[in-house]
Amino acid sequence: MTASACDSCARRAWLIGQLAGRLEVQRGDRGAIREVLALADDRLIDALGGRDRAQIAATYAACEPDRLRAGWEADGCAAICVHDDRFPAGLRDLSDPPAVLFALGPRGRLSALLGGADRRGHAVAIVGARRASRDGIAAASALGRGLSAAGVTVVSGMALGIDSAAHDGALEAGARTVAVLACGPERAYPPRRRPLHQRLVREALVVSELPPGTTPWRWAFPARNRIIAALSEMTVIVEAAERSGSLITAEIAMDLGREVGAVPGPPSAWHSAGTNALLREGARVVRHALDVVDDVVGVFQHAPGAPAAVGVPPGLARDLLELLAAVERGADTVTANAASPGEAGAVLARLTELELLGLVERRAGGRYVRVQV
Amino acid sequence: MTFAIDGLDPRPVFVEADLRPGLPGFTVVGLADRAVSEARERVRPAILNSGFTFPLRRLTVNLAPAHLRKAGPGFDLAIACAILAASGQLPVEPLAQLAVFGELSLTGEVRPCRGVLAVAEGARRAGVAGLIVPRERAGEARLVDGVRVVGIGALTQLGSALSGRAPEHPAVADDADEGARAGGAGEGPDLSDVHGHAAAIEALTVAAAGGHNLLLTGPPGTGKTMLARRLPSILPPLTRDEALEVTRIHSVAGLHDGSGLVRARPFRAPHHTISAAGLVGGGSVPTPGEATLAHRGVLFLDELSEFGRRAIEALRQPLEDGHVAIVRGQRVDRFPTRFALIAATNPCPCGRGGRACRCTEPELERHRRRLSGPLLDRIDLAVPVERPSARELREPPVASSQAVRDRVRRARALQAARPGAHGLANAELPSRNLPRTVVLTASAGRSLWRAYERGSLSARGRDRALRVARTIADLDGSDEVHPRHVAQALGYRHDGESLAAA
Repeated sequence: MTASACDSCARRAWLIGQLAGRLEVQRGDRGAIREVLALADDRLIDALGGRDRAQIAATYAACEPDRLRAGWEADGCAAICVHDDRFPAGLRDLSDPPAVLFALGPRGRLSALLGGADRRGHAVAIVGARRASRDGIAAASALGRGLSAAGVTVVSGMALGIDSAAHDGALEAGARTVAVLACGPERAYPPRRRPLHQRLVREALVVSELPPGTTPWRWAFPARNRIIAALSEMTVIVEAAERSGSLITAEIAMDLGREVGAVPGPPSAWHSAGTNALLREGARVVRHALDVVDDVVGVFQHAPGAPAAVGVPPGLARDLLELLAAVERGADTVTANAASPGEAGAVLARLTELELLGLVERRAGGRYVRVQV
Repeated sequence: MTFAIDGLDPRPVFVEADLRPGLPGFTVVGLADRAVSEARERVRPAILNSGFTFPLRRLTVNLAPAHLRKAGPGFDLAIACAILAASGQLPVEPLAQLAVFGELSLTGEVRPCRGVLAVAEGARRAGVAGLIVPRERAGEARLVDGVRVVGIGALTQLGSALSGRAPEHPAVADDADEGARAGGAGEGPDLSDVHGHAAAIEALTVAAAGGHNLLLTGPPGTGKTMLARRLPSILPPLTRDEALEVTRIHSVAGLHDGSGLVRARPFRAPHHTISAAGLVGGGSVPTPGEATLAHRGVLFLDELSEFGRRAIEALRQPLEDGHVAIVRGQRVDRFPTRFALIAATNPCPCGRGGRACRCTEPELERHRRRLSGPLLDRIDLAVPVERPSARELREPPVASSQAVRDRVRRARALQAARPGAHGLANAELPSRNLPRTVVLTASAGRSLWRAYERGSLSARGRDRALRVARTIADLDGSDEVHPRHVAQALGYRHDGESLAAA
């Protein structure tokens, strides 16, 4: 990838990286962060520079964009500035758009996943609580899988819980997913998600407004939420408690005039209190990926009917294919597919393999069902 | 000399009688329980009704050693002998070299009583010249080599028995061909009268081959109990040593009819209202519980979720150690408990399961909680039992016990020969030995790790899967564990352990 940001944008991005720590210290009020980010470069130095103001201004003046770009390129990072055609159009709707979007991933993946200036393709944010319930995790990963399979890009923040589950699901079906980080894109934060980060870099896309090397500061999380919301036509909250960071994302989405959806939870569940409140306020009800596709792509743009089954990976062995077909026909237990105990062992082994591939799921009573998108 | 049964072990007891002038009286000393004290009232009429005289003098009978607790009616015959010898009605000399054991009736008959096999073993260990037991139990006593056994039916036959005129009890039929017979056709119900249930039968096979414990889940009336009852028929036949152990236990517990060796593997199905003591043994004079009665056989817990928590907790030691230790005073009694556990449960309290279930969430939650815990950790295979379809019921049975038993025997032979396993069944392999004994092919290892990383399998669940996969590979005659073996093993994981994150 090439770091093609123009001179002024490159400097701006560098400056934000330089001032990230000071921003953390001086940020008094949570809400103010976006106003600070909207400041022009010189005002920003004035506001945050403190005693070192003059020195920072001097370094800023002396900073050579060519060397910055060379450094980022060495890190394998694409740096796309707001003046670039490839800059995702959605971000321009922000009052405080990032000057440069740093992206890490296979060549060409950025335009494929986020479109460029012309807003091709669809993108939906799936975000939610870090401390999620099992149902929430399952719902997020099913949404990720379904949307990615339907050609809709899944945008999320790689946080523990819902975010990671959404990425995981999307990686299983076409890897149409983008992680927006609150640190340099080459950093795996949270560290526990390093395997996911590696996979995203390899197969999908990781982006950030912060240059490589920037550590995650607290202010950066609400700031990156604005990028998540702006990249997506619709923001779906899977699980959120009453005061949750994902509700900030929903709020920004509403401010941008984007659609907001929420997955309903039981009235008594604390981890769905925030999402249920959103629904009460008029958010779109999201039960599964198809609901989102309806909202984003349009009801008549796809075949109606039951949710489709998860696609079969190419090169699946013939015996597995046959067994899968049998399960779909209703021969959904081991015994229904085996004439003898010896065969029953083999059938159970194959059903479990299908389960490991995510194609079927074992239900109570030893029944296997086809996993739906 | 006679023997007290202490737990399952025979302990030598010497019976002495003393006669001296004084007011006629009859005292028994030596830590005797009710049944022994009552021996006085049985022994006197028995002696009189047999044509002997009862000495009208002061009579003291001592059971030595005095500290050993003695229970049961088996001392009657020995007490009678001591009295008759002390009063000169029987010769002392041959009696001193013998052991006697038996209960007396008022008419002087010698009645059968429990634990004769254990007594015979004690007699061999004590090196006595011969053993006199009730005639009906002579066959049982003869199972012990190296002891001359004389069975008598009445006190009147004592004289001829002592003088050696009574015929020695004929030896029981040779064990070798009986073993072969037991191996040829197992006793009890056979798999060949089961229609359908191919999946459950395969699971039974795996359980039998690797010594794995099994949980059958299914609605009432689907055949869980019927399947469990057929597990003994596919286990390899008892070896002679195992059969002796089982016979001794059953003899002590009074379950044995005295007709020689127990050949069939025991099948015990205690009701779910059983107490902890009933399950693992207990009592002030410890007696074996169901877990010990199922030793070398099958313990079947139907309606597992209905069993008391204390009873289930109590099963932990027997499952882990293969024996229970019951502490009484300064003594510890050890009862062996190596059994195959099969548990069965309804899928939910209403029993309908799945979509037809009408249970509320709290009821289901309670059901799940009752099923979890230490016992479930020791269960390697969880198997759903489905109602057989009409087609399956019309078709011929899918397996015979004979065929399955042959598969099991081959798999067990592989296990026994495996270096590093020390003759343990796969289910007993310690976790730290698993990497050495369960050799996975590279792709099998990958699928297991994939399941472990993405799903909710616990570390213990993973070890369970490894052991089960080892057994499945053994049944397949394969030294390496292939992905299909791992996949099948993962298919037996518990409910609630998922393989994929979704």
